[in-house]
Amino acid sequence: MMRRNKTVLLSVPYILWMVAFTLIPLGVVGYYALTDPDTGAFTWGNLQALGTYLPVFGESIAYSVVSALICLVLGYPVAYFIAQRGPVAQKLLYMLVMLPMCMSFLLRTLAWVALLQDTGIINQILQALGIGQMKLIRTPGAVVLGMVYNYLPYMILPLYAILVKMDNRLIEAAEDLGCTPVQTFLRVILPLSMPGIVSGITMVFVPAVSTFYISQKLGGADTVLIGDVIERLFKQGDNANLGAALSLLLMVLVLVCTGLMNRLTGSDGEDVVVV
Amino acid sequence: MKKTGRVLTILIFIFLYIPMAVLIVGSFNEGKSLARFDGFTFEQYAELFRDQELLQLLANSLIISILASSIATAFGTVASLGIQNLGPRMRRTVMRLTDIPMTNPEIVTGISLSLLFVFVGTKLLGQRNSLTFWTLLIAHITFNLPYVILNVMPKLSQMDSSLTDAAMDLGCTPLQAFFKVTLPEILPGVAAGFIMAFTMSLDDFVISYFVTGMDFVTLPVEIYNYTKKPIPPKIYAMFTLLFLLILALMIAMNLLQLRSDRKKQLTAEQGGAR
Repeated sequence: MMRRNKTVLLSVPYILWMVAFTLIPLGVVGYYALTDPDTGAFTWGNLQALGTYLPVFGESIAYSVVSALICLVLGYPVAYFIAQRGPVAQKLLYMLVMLPMCMSFLLRTLAWVALLQDTGIINQILQALGIGQMKLIRTPGAVVLGMVYNYLPYMILPLYAILVKMDNRLIEAAEDLGCTPVQTFLRVILPLSMPGIVSGITMVFVPAVSTFYISQKLGGADTVLIGDVIERLFKQGDNANLGAALSLLLMVLVLVCTGLMNRLTGSDGEDVVVV
Repeated sequence: MKKTGRVLTILIFIFLYIPMAVLIVGSFNEGKSLARFDGFTFEQYAELFRDQELLQLLANSLIISILASSIATAFGTVASLGIQNLGPRMRRTVMRLTDIPMTNPEIVTGISLSLLFVFVGTKLLGQRNSLTFWTLLIAHITFNLPYVILNVMPKLSQMDSSLTDAAMDLGCTPLQAFFKVTLPEILPGVAAGFIMAFTMSLDDFVISYFVTGMDFVTLPVEIYNYTKKPIPPKIYAMFTLLFLLILALMIAMNLLQLRSDRKKQLTAEQGGAR
C-alpha cells in the first residue's frame, strides 16, 4: 500500500505543469477578452464586437464541414482496404498515410499553389491536351481541396484503428444470414465503425475550422476564415484583446460541435485514441 | 467491390504524394519555379549547405524538437506511472487535462500560451522581451506531453503489475524495478511517444508562430515568412532531406515494433507449449 501511495506522487508535477500551461493560459485568454486594449479596464466591448464576425464563423464552419464529409467519403474505403491487408502490408500502408502528416504542411500547400496556379502544372497539362486554361486557384474549390489534402490522413487513421479491430465473424454471420453486401455494410460495418467516424470528423473539422494558411494561399481575396482574422489581429492589427475574444468563441464553437456530435452518435469519444 | 477499393486507395495515395513529389523534383530543378522544370542539377543542395543562416534555422528546429521531445518523454513516462495508480475519478480528470492540447485548435493553444508568457513576462516581471527560447521550449513540451502519455498509458495498463511487485519482493529498489522490469515492458509505447512528439515538434508551425520571439526562430516559422517573398529552391532541397530522415525514422520504428511483436508471439507460443 505504501508503494502505491508514493507512486501516485509522480503524477503531481505533471498535473501542476498541465494546469499552469493549459488551464491558466485559457484563463488569461478570458482576461484579455474582457479587457480594453488601450486602458486595460474591464469591458464587454470585445465580446459585443463578435457579432460582426458571425458570417466569417459561418463560412469557416461551412468549409470545414464540407471538407470533413469529403474526407469521410474518400477516407473510408481506403481505411477499409488497409484494414483488410496482411500485417506487414498494413504496417507499410499505415506508415505511408502517416508520413505526409510529418512533413511541412506549409511547403506541401505551396506545392498545390504550383499545381493549381494559372500557369501551373495542371493548367499546362490541360493546355497540352487542348482543353485550355481553367481558373483553379483562388476559388472556394481550391480551399476545400487544400483542407481535404492536408487533413485526409487524420480521417483515415482513426477509421483504420476501428476497422482493424472489427470481428470478421460478424460480417460472415451477416452474410450467412442472407444479407447482401450493401445490407452488411449498412447494418453491421457502418454502425460498428461509428466511433471511428466521429473521431475522424472531429480530427478533420477542428484544424480545418481554425486554419489560416490554406485560405491565405489557395483562397481568393473574399475567402476570409476565422483563423485569418485571429492571425491578423494578433500579428498585424495589434488588437490582441479582440483576437482573444474570437479565440474564446472559436474554442466554444469547437467544444459545442464535437460535444454535439458525440451526443448525436451516442459515443463518448474516448474509445478511439489515435496513432 | 474489392477492385474499386484497391483502385481508390492507389488514387488517394497518388493524391497524397503528388505535392511532395513536386517539391522533391523542384529540389533538382535549375530554375526557381516549382511549375517549370528547366534542367537537372544538384546546385540547390550545394546552395543549401553554403547557406549558414538556413542551416542555423534547421539547427534551431532540431534543438527545440530534440530537447522538447526528450524532456516530454522522460516527464510523461514518469507521470504515467503516477497517473496509473490514481483512483478512477482522479485519473479521468487528469486524462481530461491531457486532452486539452489535443482537442483545442492549435491556434487557440498558441495564442493562449503566447498571452500567458506576455502577461507574466511584461506585466508581472517587467521584461521587455518575454518571448524567448525558453517560452518556445515550454510550449513544445506542453503539446508533446499528451502524445507521450497517450502512448505510454495503454502499455502500462496492459502490463501485469505483479511483475514489479515480484521484482521488489526479490529485493529490487523501486528504481531498479522500474529500469529492469517496467521500462523494458513499456518501451514500445515510450519509443512511439518520443518519435511522435519529435516529429510533431519538428514540423510545428502554428503554435511556434505565436509563441516564438525575435531571437529564436525555427524553420517552419521562417518558411511562413518566406511566403511573402519568392521562396529559394534550396528550401526544397531541405524538404527532400527531411523527407528522407522522417522516412528512415518511421522504417526504424516499424522494424522495432515488428521485432517486439514477433518476440511476444514467440514467448506466447513457448508459454502455450509448457
